[in-house]
Amino acid sequence: MAIWLNQDTRLLVQGITGKEGKFHALGCRDYGTQLVAGVTPGKGGEMVEGIPVFDSVAEARAATGANASMIFVPPPFAADAILEAAEAGIELIVAITEGVPVADMLRVDAFLAGHPKARLIGPNCPGIITPGQGKIGIMPGHIHRPGRIGVVSRSGTLTYEAVWQLTGLGLGQSTCVGIGGDPINGTSFLDVFKAFAKDPDTDAVIMIGEIGGDAEETAAAWIAHNYNKPVVGFIAGRTAPPGRRMGHAGAIVSGGKGTATAKMEAMRAAGIHVCDSPADLGSSIARALGRG
Amino acid sequence: MKIHEYQAKEILRRYGVATPRGRVTARAAEARAICEELGGRCVVKAQIHAGGRGKGGGVKLAKSPDEAERAASQILGMQLVTHQTGPEGQKVQKVLIEELAEIVAELYVAVTLDRAGRRPVVIASAAGGMDIEEVAASNPAAIHREPFDPFLGLLPFQARRIARALGLKGETAGKAARLVTSLAQAYVEMDASLAEINPLMVTGAGEVVALDAKMNFDDNALFRHKDVVAMRDLAEENPLEVEASKFNLNYIKLDGEIGCMVNGAGLAMATMDIIKLYGSEPANFLDVGGSASQEAVTNAFKILISDASVKAVLINIFGGIARTDRIAGGVVAALRELGGVRIPVVVRLEGTNVEEGRRILRESEFHFVVAETMADAAQKVVAAVKGGA
Repeated sequence: MAIWLNQDTRLLVQGITGKEGKFHALGCRDYGTQLVAGVTPGKGGEMVEGIPVFDSVAEARAATGANASMIFVPPPFAADAILEAAEAGIELIVAITEGVPVADMLRVDAFLAGHPKARLIGPNCPGIITPGQGKIGIMPGHIHRPGRIGVVSRSGTLTYEAVWQLTGLGLGQSTCVGIGGDPINGTSFLDVFKAFAKDPDTDAVIMIGEIGGDAEETAAAWIAHNYNKPVVGFIAGRTAPPGRRMGHAGAIVSGGKGTATAKMEAMRAAGIHVCDSPADLGSSIARALGRG
Repeated sequence: MKIHEYQAKEILRRYGVATPRGRVTARAAEARAICEELGGRCVVKAQIHAGGRGKGGGVKLAKSPDEAERAASQILGMQLVTHQTGPEGQKVQKVLIEELAEIVAELYVAVTLDRAGRRPVVIASAAGGMDIEEVAASNPAAIHREPFDPFLGLLPFQARRIARALGLKGETAGKAARLVTSLAQAYVEMDASLAEINPLMVTGAGEVVALDAKMNFDDNALFRHKDVVAMRDLAEENPLEVEASKFNLNYIKLDGEIGCMVNGAGLAMATMDIIKLYGSEPANFLDVGGSASQEAVTNAFKILISDASVKAVLINIFGGIARTDRIAGGVVAALRELGGVRIPVVVRLEGTNVEEGRRILRESEFHFVVAETMADAAQKVVAAVKGGA
């Protein structure tokens, strides 16, 4: 069954006429996602590899019945693209763009409060994939296998690493969600766990966090009382110096807050199996499921 | 991005925040002239980005223009060491000369992002002039937090509540409320990530003045603040980090001995962590970008090996959409362009076409140590620097 994304999802891509947007839009289509439209203001009427391009999300949705959007719009315009998608009634908005200002995301956050049907994933994320059904994002689809392990992560390549370990052990994935590396994002760890909790086809979850903020702690507090399936976790950045942003805008220990140690303690206290080494994620899940 | 105290005060003055009279200079003789203008008594403050300047000898009081010149000549050019600079310190290029004032109280106010609350928050404390993190740890009740809506700004009743929390009354409370409102406005309009006044001084005359000021900015919003970009001082940043930023590489210099080159920020942090787990220390954080292009790898290599403390290099690349064999070809080409390197290079490639990628490395003219898993790679690179393998 998986969460949020399945074979019926109808995808449009905002920024499809850009190089990256086009490349990854076609990548999603090649994986089997129903790619129905592109949107680039001023380029309505054009075609990109057989995909009709519209001037606005509202027009694209009306003409094609799209219910999901992937955003490849440059950072200064990304927030507007998200808001346009939400206003047009798009239910799943996946913002890949890296470099969106925090202030713009606060604006998005306030606007989305009035659009409860819209789910934003990202920005600054690899996207979401339900193996065998569809992908909306930039992840390599072929490393995934359909299965029953959920994955949620703030990272891109570190998630691929975990998926690769799972696939290598014969453990497929139900849905993998990259929630992104920014300090203010649309979907949190908690949101993803609440969705996995309702998914009968997810047996266990890998949770990959990193330094900065307290989203891992918030999710752990909820998991402790509400989530009974096995969870294996990892926190990146134990060796990161305080006060420095480690690549991701949100990966920073500031004022003694957001340390890897505090997150790992909170997760262990919630009954999550926390790996010291990122190399052990797959084998830990196998053990948790009694297959190690 | 960080700026100097004098630059932060320049911005805050535009928003109506009172600061002591004064000017910045790079010359001791001019320090003397400025002190004369200020009435013959002043404070001479080193301008570096790190905090803790006073304890390190970077702030001196002068009771005469002579003393001001002497203090400025001592401070200018010194390697100022504070708890934030590291042991090598930071060279002082400029000093800020300011008037002295009669201080009745030292308070603390700052605006930053409340990530969990998804709003900006004013943090205020009557315990100013000290490290706010220590206050937060030892006496959390002494800290008042006032989150506010960035689109409405800090509301008047909130500003009054902050002034009360600072223990102020009457006209002084009104002045403090106006100042903190201005600080909040500057934070929002300038896309700051931190706007801090510590200490905020109450003078004998009941004025409320920013004795010190610090502003950091959201790097992602700099495209709409050319004036802030113009304030960037490259001399304050690590030269290798500056070099890396020219190639859009995310590089952060650390204290260890193993140079790391990784694609993706999360995997790069995890690679540092696993090096530590196996008993050594990373020399850097380096994210060459998800696709790890040959150009990025070449530039990254140049930066890594120009760090004299690097004794071995660990390349950890997960080839997803960018195929592993292409990346391996890029690594070999990068080394050819550089004429090889003298230190051990451990390469761990994983992902698409990995067998072909490893073959390219093994059959090249360079002696790569090819590792299979992350754990194997960490073990091999640590062994290489410890002289074990």
